[in-house]
Amino acid sequence: MTETTTAIRPPRNQWWDVWDQFKTHKGALVGLTIFLTILLGITIGPFLWDLAPTYVDLRARNQGFSLAHPLGTDQLGRDLLARMMAGGKVSLSVGLTAMALAVSLGTTIGVLAGYFKRLEGPLMRLTDLFLALPLLPLLLLMVTLFREPLSQRFGPEGGIFLLIVTAIGATSWMQTARIVRGEVLALKEREFVLAARSIGTPARRMVLRHILPNVMSPIMVSATLGIATAIITESALSFLGLGFPPDFPTWGRLLFDAVDQIQLYPMRVVLPGIAISLTVLSVNYIGDGLRDALDPRIRGR
Amino acid sequence: MKLKTALLGAAACLMVAPAAFAERGSDGEVRILYSQAVSTMNAYLSSGTKDVEVGSLVLEPLAGFNEKGEVIPRLVTEIPSLENGGLTEDMTSITWKIKPGLKWSDGTDFTAHDAVFTAQYCMDPAGGCAQLARYEGIDKVEALDDLTVKITFHEPKPNPFMAFVGSQSPILQAAQFAGCLGANASSCTDQNFKPIGTGPFRVTEFRTNDTVMLEANPYYRDPAKPAFATALVKGGGDATAAARAVMETGEFDYAWNTQISPELQAELASAGKGQFVNAFGTLVERIEMNMTDPSPSLPEGERSTPKHPHPILSDMRVRKALSMAIDRQILVDIGYGEAGRPTCNLVPAPEMYASDNTDCLVQDMEGAKALLEEAGWTDTDGDGIRDKDGEKLSLLYQTSVNAIRQDFQAIIKQWWNEIGVEVELKTVDPSVFFGGDAGSPDTFQKFYADVEMYANNFDGTDPEPYLAQYTCDKAPTPESQWQGENINRFCDPEYDALIKELSATGDMEARAALAKRLNDMLTKDSYVIVPIVDRGRLSAHSNTLGGVILNTWDSELWNASDWYRIK
Repeated sequence: MTETTTAIRPPRNQWWDVWDQFKTHKGALVGLTIFLTILLGITIGPFLWDLAPTYVDLRARNQGFSLAHPLGTDQLGRDLLARMMAGGKVSLSVGLTAMALAVSLGTTIGVLAGYFKRLEGPLMRLTDLFLALPLLPLLLLMVTLFREPLSQRFGPEGGIFLLIVTAIGATSWMQTARIVRGEVLALKEREFVLAARSIGTPARRMVLRHILPNVMSPIMVSATLGIATAIITESALSFLGLGFPPDFPTWGRLLFDAVDQIQLYPMRVVLPGIAISLTVLSVNYIGDGLRDALDPRIRGR
Repeated sequence: MKLKTALLGAAACLMVAPAAFAERGSDGEVRILYSQAVSTMNAYLSSGTKDVEVGSLVLEPLAGFNEKGEVIPRLVTEIPSLENGGLTEDMTSITWKIKPGLKWSDGTDFTAHDAVFTAQYCMDPAGGCAQLARYEGIDKVEALDDLTVKITFHEPKPNPFMAFVGSQSPILQAAQFAGCLGANASSCTDQNFKPIGTGPFRVTEFRTNDTVMLEANPYYRDPAKPAFATALVKGGGDATAAARAVMETGEFDYAWNTQISPELQAELASAGKGQFVNAFGTLVERIEMNMTDPSPSLPEGERSTPKHPHPILSDMRVRKALSMAIDRQILVDIGYGEAGRPTCNLVPAPEMYASDNTDCLVQDMEGAKALLEEAGWTDTDGDGIRDKDGEKLSLLYQTSVNAIRQDFQAIIKQWWNEIGVEVELKTVDPSVFFGGDAGSPDTFQKFYADVEMYANNFDGTDPEPYLAQYTCDKAPTPESQWQGENINRFCDPEYDALIKELSATGDMEARAALAKRLNDMLTKDSYVIVPIVDRGRLSAHSNTLGGVILNTWDSELWNASDWYRIK
């Protein structure tokens, strides 16, 4: 009796296994810690440090690190710590939302194109079409057409947020779609899929249960890369005046605004630069760890 | 007898002496850096300042402008006036007398026929001349003899110093450009790249959009000039790199248009290799008030048209309060440093046209608040934003994407917030904002915002065409495809009448008085236009380059023949 109890472990949620595997990946753990710290700093920080990020204090221009301004001030005397926190909030929410949109769109199209032969032609041509579209003129058009109606509907910030997230999401799903389709095509010919089909598994369950979990790793990788691209695209848009209004700090805008003064005040470029790099890096590591942890073949090794 | 020879000898020595100090080609090479590269030497085929200015080293007009904006003779003996008979009472003609003995850089004689040819070249309808505006209203140009040119106008012209005056309308050599009339103009590559001119230098090598190499013109009219044997004009880079090349590394002697931040100006100036020179022209950064309602709730085609006056800004007290809340000196310190100065005038220069309007220079927050109270805008619900009849005092403030303008937006927004005005900021890509596309809602002409900020100036020294932009009929409307210069939709019959009077006035002093009056009507009497900064020209030259006088009325290289090396 005692032998059997030790052999059969108590039933356990499989996510605990994923967590156990995830814990063994050192980089992923460090990444997760950094990412959570940044998230906490951005969400709770503004309550502890209540200087307004847009408050212009002309007597405190171009100051270095001090107690009154831990990260110094910019050329108009605006507090950089407050601006970094406000900027991070916008940048991260744009990055995460746009990435989620792009990845879900890309995965859906990729899986559909890979699994259903009839859909492959039209869907992949659509992907090619989007790949061939010049991004900037398209964004210009979207902003010109939709900025005003959206601003009226959701306010100047909410409207632009929706517009930018949609614009970035709708123009960066193609790579994911292509990768996923390739993986699905290969998986479709595998024995376990054949076995599942032979017992009459319907297509919906086949995709959700057997195909999707197995293409999780490439999706994870493109998702993490997607966050980085989204943050950077948003910066480029703000720079061109198509993004958020100028009194709305984002990391990308902070970086671009400071480039002119890189020699005089290098920290102003370095700080948002570090923030963007740290976020992207930590997200990449988390993705790496998640991929390993989610792959049942690696788990437990 | 002996005394006479001795005196003659002394006199001869005295005459030789200055020539020994400054001799043509004795100072080696002068290196000039233009942050925009030169694409042609022919000013008639390019409206780019860089092409016109570098071209002015080779090609010269009959007369130019000096640093004060006065007309000075270059290839003529004197400036035509009523006294010397060059101008007529009825203002319909001008006669130029060319200096005798002038030679082109290939050694041939310069004659009045070259000027006649130049006018024909630019006024050819098939040519697409970029400087056609300078030849507007000309009936005919004729050579009375080899050294006399007469221009006749269709109607009286109060300001006849347009054609052949300033670096934008230089004289071309008839013999060289004979085959380049009309549609052939742009295909004459050799002529456009290596024109024969009368200026201090001539082109030896022209690399499009890169470098122009020049040497001293052996036939230049002053045998002692230019002091430099060769000149090199390099193009490319940006304003910061150009300023560094002169002020920090010393690779170049002169850098054109080095607009950089005040902090960087101070840092580079302390390097001790060069200095900045500034001069003020007519470029004014201003806030324009929209006199019509831009509200998106109006049907398309009626927004920002005179059909609907602006609900808030139609009241002059609000416009004045907005102006009073601005401290212009602080904006200059932050944005322009040496390259700007505060102004209240739309026409800040030339001196004779500049009004003595300085009321706006002092910031007055309390006064602004009182004025808004007086206008009925009070904060009834205590949220810090004034309101009247249930409507909030809220403005949309747009401008083009530009680091300095965004700084200005942030500061001005804060000042306006302090007097209880809510401000929403908007930026537009410059190519869209200034693009003039009637289909885009974001152009500065369409003005779908309450206030907007940009800079504008006028060409030359006569403000009449510039002030005439603000007559009622010049307001951009859907019927005019949103073209028109009266951006504010300002409309005052008295103003229109004064503009008519100005166009019929020939006397310079009366013109100046009228121009000042018109300037005041737009600025301190109505606050429709709120000027902020008079933006100057900022260039840099090396400490070893002498003779530089910055000129905003003509080419920056207008006196390159006088430049010399300080040893």
